[in-house]
Amino acid sequence: MSQYTVAFAGNPNTGKSTLFNLLTGMRQHTGNWAGKTVISAEGEFTHKDHQYLAVDLPGTYSLYSNSADEEAARDYIIFEQPDVTLVVLDATSLERNLNLALQVLEITGRTVICINLIDEARRLGIDINLKKISKRLGVPVVAISARNKIGIEALLDQVELVATSVVTAPPLRITYNDEIERGIAELTPMVEQTIGSMYPARWIALRLLDGDDSLLTSLKANMNSKGKALPGTKEVLGHGVTACH
Amino acid sequence: MTATVIPIPLSEALNGSRLRISGIEVQGVLRRRLLDLGFVVGNAVEVLRRSPLGDPTAFRVSNTTIALRREESSLIYGELIGGAET
Ligand SMILES: Nc1nc2c(ncn2[C@@H]2O[C@H](COP(=O)(O)OP(=O)(O)OP(=O)(O)O)[C@@H](O)[C@H]2O)c(=O)[nH]1
Ligand SMILES: [Mg+2]
Repeated sequence: MSQYTVAFAGNPNTGKSTLFNLLTGMRQHTGNWAGKTVISAEGEFTHKDHQYLAVDLPGTYSLYSNSADEEAARDYIIFEQPDVTLVVLDATSLERNLNLALQVLEITGRTVICINLIDEARRLGIDINLKKISKRLGVPVVAISARNKIGIEALLDQVELVATSVVTAPPLRITYNDEIERGIAELTPMVEQTIGSMYPARWIALRLLDGDDSLLTSLKANMNSKGKALPGTKEVLGHGVTACH
Repeated sequence: MTATVIPIPLSEALNGSRLRISGIEVQGVLRRRLLDLGFVVGNAVEVLRRSPLGDPTAFRVSNTTIALRREESSLIYGELIGGAET
């Protein structure tokens, strides 16, 4: 029996820990502010023929603002490369929540979108077109209520399909303006040459263009720890900085 | 009401007015943070409440209330689309 890793990402307070606890039978803190998840917790669960390792990441609005929480969530998704990243969204605040979903999808298509608090959305008369969202994002989208245990089996079925690669999607590709696309085109081959094909090169090029030093620091630390040399890093950074002006 | 096409800084908008964001001149990490909070070009923002001294001001954006100081709100521009009569 193989074990797959499922990372739980999402905005703060969207019910990640509630779902995590429901699946793993663990008691990760839940609640509004006091019990906020600050370090990631791990637990196991089984669905059908497979065993899963669930990793509860801290809640973040973004992966780009470089708070400790955001760096932790970002680095986990990039470097640990979970078999599935489960993005847990608040059904009553989709516009805000989809920001993070889009950021994750630009990194990896091994993603399932989980729209939680669907009970609350229904109470407020919010109607969500799951099919349409799924079509636009290119990955499975499931509505659940973690607290009321609604939709959990359907969610895990989709997690299984992505984990076992029955359902696959490339990272979501957003086309930026000409200037940015030129920068990406220039940087991507260098990124690939420097760090290999393990990591999402287009996304890393985009982050370098944005001057994301924190990502660069993490990349270096990670590659050094894996015993690989990083000869071209300085050069790549130099180009990134130039392209910003 | 005739549409105001000249963007004004959010810091100048009256209580109760609604604006469509047309430009953000904040830079760096703070810019990123504002974008993540929903201060994105094209998005609607409502001025909820200005404190007596005018700082900070509560704004409603993407279904959430966010307080901004003048240093930030004066660098975010929007076009008036409704709300308070001027
Ligand atoms: N109505 C409703 N409430 C829920 C649901 N799932 C979770 N909640 C509530 O939402 C609140 C936040 O849940 P958590 O599981 O702590 O959220 P989290 O995403 O782990 O939060 P952070 O760790 O801060 O990122 C708790 O009060 C939960 O009881 C749901 O499906 N419906
Ligand atoms: Mg939590």
